[in-house]
Amino acid sequence: MSEKVWIAGGGVISGIGMNLRESLQAFREMRPGMGAMKYLSSMHRNTFPVAEVKADNDMLADMAGLPENISRTALLSLIAAREAWQSSGLGDISRYRVGLVSGNTVGGMDKTEDFFAEYLADNRKGRLQQVMHHECGSITEIVADAMGIRHHVSTISTACSSGANALMYGYRLIRNNIVDVVIAGGTDALTRFTLNGFNTLMILDQQPCRPFDETRTGLNLGEGAGYVVLVSDSLAAQLQPWCRLSGFANANDAYHQTASSPDGTGNYLAMKGALDMSGLQPQQIGYINLHGTGTGNNDVSEGIAINRIFAPHFPAMSSTKSFTGHTLGASGGIEAVLSAVAVKEGIIYPNARFEHQMKELPFAPATTWSEGNDLRHVMSNSFGFGGNCSSLVFSSF
Amino acid sequence: MLSIYINGAGCISPQETAAGGPMLANLREYEQVKLATVDPDYKQWIDVKQIRRMSRVVKMGVGAANLSLQAAGIAMPDAIVTGTAYGCLDDTGVFLTKMVNQQEEMLTPTAFIQSTHNTVGGQIALLLGCNAYNNTFVHRGFSFENALLDTIMMLREGSAQQILVGGLDELTPHSYQILSRFGLYKKEPVKTMELLNSPTCGTIAGEGAAFFTLGVQPGTNTAAELTGISTLYKPMWEGEVIGHIMKFLEDNNYTPNDIDLLVTGRNGDIGQDEIYEEVVEALFPEHPEASFKHLCGEYPTAVGFGMWLANGILADQAVPEAAMFYGQAPRRIKKILLYNHHQGTHHSLVLLSHVE
Repeated sequence: MSEKVWIAGGGVISGIGMNLRESLQAFREMRPGMGAMKYLSSMHRNTFPVAEVKADNDMLADMAGLPENISRTALLSLIAAREAWQSSGLGDISRYRVGLVSGNTVGGMDKTEDFFAEYLADNRKGRLQQVMHHECGSITEIVADAMGIRHHVSTISTACSSGANALMYGYRLIRNNIVDVVIAGGTDALTRFTLNGFNTLMILDQQPCRPFDETRTGLNLGEGAGYVVLVSDSLAAQLQPWCRLSGFANANDAYHQTASSPDGTGNYLAMKGALDMSGLQPQQIGYINLHGTGTGNNDVSEGIAINRIFAPHFPAMSSTKSFTGHTLGASGGIEAVLSAVAVKEGIIYPNARFEHQMKELPFAPATTWSEGNDLRHVMSNSFGFGGNCSSLVFSSF
Repeated sequence: MLSIYINGAGCISPQETAAGGPMLANLREYEQVKLATVDPDYKQWIDVKQIRRMSRVVKMGVGAANLSLQAAGIAMPDAIVTGTAYGCLDDTGVFLTKMVNQQEEMLTPTAFIQSTHNTVGGQIALLLGCNAYNNTFVHRGFSFENALLDTIMMLREGSAQQILVGGLDELTPHSYQILSRFGLYKKEPVKTMELLNSPTCGTIAGEGAAFFTLGVQPGTNTAAELTGISTLYKPMWEGEVIGHIMKFLEDNNYTPNDIDLLVTGRNGDIGQDEIYEEVVEALFPEHPEASFKHLCGEYPTAVGFGMWLANGILADQAVPEAAMFYGQAPRRIKKILLYNHHQGTHHSLVLLSHVE
């Protein structure tokens, strides 16, 4: 049995770049990805800024090598998963027992919502092709089939923590010798369904979001996909892994279907559990990639839980959602890639638009890019609806 | 290897499975193309005010979860793992319909909040006050199987002692209408007890929830050990399925002869049932066989109903007459192999052993 599980590579596509290199460049140059809606068709086009991937479906389909009528969620997923695989240096995928574990929140909803307009007028109408991939699992299978992955395919949907939970399950699949390699992360495309849903909750900011800022008023939605490649000890020995997945925990806030508890119980339990599993003291964490959505409720609960664990030695922290927007089911995957590469390169990401200290908290996020820091351990937080809270820890040895 | 026991099971289905008493004692027979759950009195578990807001899939999940915990005699599990292919279809449909009809204006949050796939797992945690690990798998015909595998791996690593795990899916007017257009179901109503010998394509639609409390120590009422589980994604041909089953049995140190009863996911679709014939002929030609989808209908997590049935068979040491498909069960039933496939692409195996 593999004792440790390693990160052998990663790939990401989001509103700030079509791949990891472009994304890092966007952070370096302080270029957040949110702006006016260009590709999603919605009544709210001029009200809410979003962080869209800067390509239409035809261009993404071309990059992915899939038909352009396939759900954007699958196109984003395949592009990032392929980048992750290629970065690992593992070569021919058919040589390994490979699993794909992918999180998403609404599957092929981008096509279903188009279908529904015709279908509701007459339930014998609407092109069935548009609902064929409605199920979350169907999106994962499009990617698995395109990459030639058959040993294990699964899909996780725990709202905004889906991508993070995919890494945990992937870790267990390797430790239990079910597969040798797992591509784990998440994907989500922007849809009218989610945009309108978050709008009814009144947690969308009409300006670019301001995570962990006293004046924050909500989140911006984003889209994208992010995957890491998890490998066993024996494969890691033949590669140059970025770091290892040293700890994680999943806890439930059990407070409210959508809101976080005021004291951040679930957030605390997830971070504490992840530290315990990795055998670390809080002061050993060098950087936290915050969940940091920019809603009043999330940031205060997350901040209070961080204060409870880390005070008085606060690590550097930032919310990369200030660049990518909140990519929902993809966020845990995208932020896992950013956190893993942070360990490898010693990167601390900037938190864009932070100006005003939150009155409840004694710490502030990092506001500038730096690399080459001595980062041994990085934590990534992902919290979601349904009380689902997950934390991951990436370590350099 | 560490043994894993089914210490409690709860099921809400188109049969009276929530009522307790002998399994399938009051058989519900239908002559229709879609089956709906027989609902228990949810007030025994949920506050009346909350019941009104909950969709059917949430209620059936909370109900089956509670039945399973009650049977196991535990109040608080160490983890909750849910499998659902479709998630909360009803609330999804409600929000989508309003969004389209009202052109994205004047929408309210309730249906959206309850539309996320982890609503069931989240509501169970909320009602139990359970802060532990909570995960939801949404992978088509492997949703329940992935939930089971996650549970088994956690029990084996020792991070939990008792885990609540379940599979569920609901059927809604929209999902039935759309899935019908894909040609999944019979064109004419069929009597449920004649479904499995039907000579035509298509099956009947179903729904339901089955939850289990799995533990590393047997309880006082424990009848079954969950010996193994395996999935096979998109086999190229029948031979690959047969080879996979053989390898699965070997990995557990069994041969086909060790299996006392086969439980299969036949659904009455003449095209889809062919693989069961091939497997039986190749590996289990004389074995007694029970089936379950004529009782609960076809849905991606129906294998949960199958496992509930198999667990009950081991407890009773008898197969309900309505479930018997071929031959006669032996006097002592020690090992059951549950073989199911969903739409020919998702094949799964569950091996259960009797606990004396």
